Amino acid sequence: MSDKIFRVNMTELTVSVEEVPQNWAGLGGRGLTSTIVAAEVPPTCHPLGPNNKLVFAPGLLSGTVAANSGRLSAGAKSPLTGTIKEANAGGTSAQLLARCGCKALIIEGQAKADSWYSLAVTPAGVAISEEKELIGKGNYEVVQTLSKRFESKRGVITIGPAGEMKMEAANISVMDPDGNLRSNGRGGLGAVMGSKRVKFISVDPQGGKVTIADPEAFKQANRAFAKALVDNPVSQTLGTYGTNVLVNVINEAGGLPTRNFTSGQFEGHDKISGETMHDLIEERGGVVKHNCHAGCVIQCSQIYNDANKQYKTSGFEYESIWALGADCCVEDLDDIAEADRLMDDLGIDSIETSVAMGVAMEAGVLPFGDGPGVCRILREEVAKGTALGRIIGNGAGSVGRAFGVTRVPVVKNQAIPAYDPRTVKGMAITYATTPMGADHTAGYAVATNILNVGGSVDPLSKDGQVELSRNLQIATAAIDSTGMCLFIAFAALDDPNCLPRLIDLINARFGINLTGDDVTNLGKTILKTERAFNQAAGFNNADDRLPEFFYNEPLPPHNLVVDFTGEEIDSFWNF
Amino acid sequence: MKLTVKLFAYFRDNRFVAEVKQYPEQATVADIIGDLGIDEKEVGVTMLNSRHCRLDAHPQEGDILAIFPVIGGG
Ligand code: SF4
Repeated sequence: MSDKIFRVNMTELTVSVEEVPQNWAGLGGRGLTSTIVAAEVPPTCHPLGPNNKLVFAPGLLSGTVAANSGRLSAGAKSPLTGTIKEANAGGTSAQLLARCGCKALIIEGQAKADSWYSLAVTPAGVAISEEKELIGKGNYEVVQTLSKRFESKRGVITIGPAGEMKMEAANISVMDPDGNLRSNGRGGLGAVMGSKRVKFISVDPQGGKVTIADPEAFKQANRAFAKALVDNPVSQTLGTYGTNVLVNVINEAGGLPTRNFTSGQFEGHDKISGETMHDLIEERGGVVKHNCHAGCVIQCSQIYNDANKQYKTSGFEYESIWALGADCCVEDLDDIAEADRLMDDLGIDSIETSVAMGVAMEAGVLPFGDGPGVCRILREEVAKGTALGRIIGNGAGSVGRAFGVTRVPVVKNQAIPAYDPRTVKGMAITYATTPMGADHTAGYAVATNILNVGGSVDPLSKDGQVELSRNLQIATAAIDSTGMCLFIAFAALDDPNCLPRLIDLINARFGINLTGDDVTNLGKTILKTERAFNQAAGFNNADDRLPEFFYNEPLPPHNLVVDFTGEEIDSFWNF
Repeated sequence: MKLTVKLFAYFRDNRFVAEVKQYPEQATVADIIGDLGIDEKEVGVTMLNSRHCRLDAHPQEGDILAIFPVIGGG
């Protein structure tokens, strides 16, 4: 089936299926969402108004059997940052959208505020229905109700109460193969979906398949590609300990932001570590290795049970555990798991919200270390949309402004995640320059700064960091367009066999002849497109800076500050 | 010399989490890894006192040596 653009206008409640414009044909995932947002959204529009558009795009390889290719990109102008935004997630919907022949789903306009709607995507296009039953409901109830309401197995993309209330930290959740949740986490895209009055989107390919131009070449490339992933030792520890294996190594390196970014080491690190979590999961009959979509061969996800051996949460990631653990000083993994589940259910970004809690702790709203207090605020304030709940639900910057806190770890108003830029200096460049606002995935310098993957660059020195971050950001923008999970990058950085096979896969799928240089150029074009949108929205290089405290508060144990000059940061864009 | 050795991920299996150990003055990080029965090829990151170090580094009395397998995440 040939790919089409599916468009929904929520003002008129109309739908259309369009041919793919020539210059979008070679794009998928982030490359496509950012190109569409840049082409169709006025950069100065209000992110929650009718002129913003929410765009979903599966990757170039999504819907095929290619290993790890099922990531879904969502893009819009972000209400949190005011910049262009792409957030991607696992779950089944990317693969199912691709099988519907949907290259991108564009949701534009805005329905009147007295009704809510759902969208049903099939190969024939999109149908809009009014929705009543699920309004106000949490994400877990949404996916459970829908799996009963629909006879066939469908993909579900949904927002929780946070998205309905248009909180700036609201995420978009995507159902995984087991009926649990993954999220397009960052930048408040759930609020954009809520502003359109769309509660959920179901995806049913009705037996549709993705066409492969050269099936034999595709099969061979996939075999070699999957082998490169499986054989990589990083993939193996990721499967066993999850991403949370990072707690101990980042702590040891002195880069684990603790107590609202006032120390680089957390005393309780081993209690919240991947090693401890692994043992607890085994003890309680959970699942150590789990995938967020079929076809993932790395399986960094897991099922975490509570002390009574009942399901508590899944996709329990390092960043969420760090944010509630070290940054808020909560030492009890079960409190963190409870908060993680509550945030998944509310549909709110677990990084932004947890860093916001850390700032609230500094403001004295609750004491550091108060895990039950965090859960209470999520249940009684954020879920109910009280004034405090909305201040926290609008993110770390919002809490800082409301309470007069100056130590607020954000760039372009998005919370800085789990690697302190004073001690993992490559990340200072990534946080400052990525068009997304502080985002670790945009250019994961941690790999080379801390983990010795893709070479090693001293994390404590600024030498070589601009170039490292630039190369990683270009490569990441390209990988984010394929539908591949970013964790293939660990194999790609160290195994010369991996990336060429990925390019073979794209070529075999479309019957084209991309080279490695084409892929690099794609990455560069995406970054420049995104930056041009931000500049037209009013951003300039003064926005590409870290908060002041990083420059003048030395971080123990290394007692370093961020020491990049403005010119050094700006030289990132010399390409 | 006395060192604190810390192990992570599966290097802990059938070994220990952290122990104070006695080694000859001239021992390198690689010697210590060998002494622990860890295959050097599986080692991803080594740190002395929270700074990355090479396998031929010479620890000093009282140092903390952390040994990690090849790991990743994000
Ligand atoms: S490695 Fe993790 S995030 Fe990536 S596709 Fe697999 S389960 Fe999902």
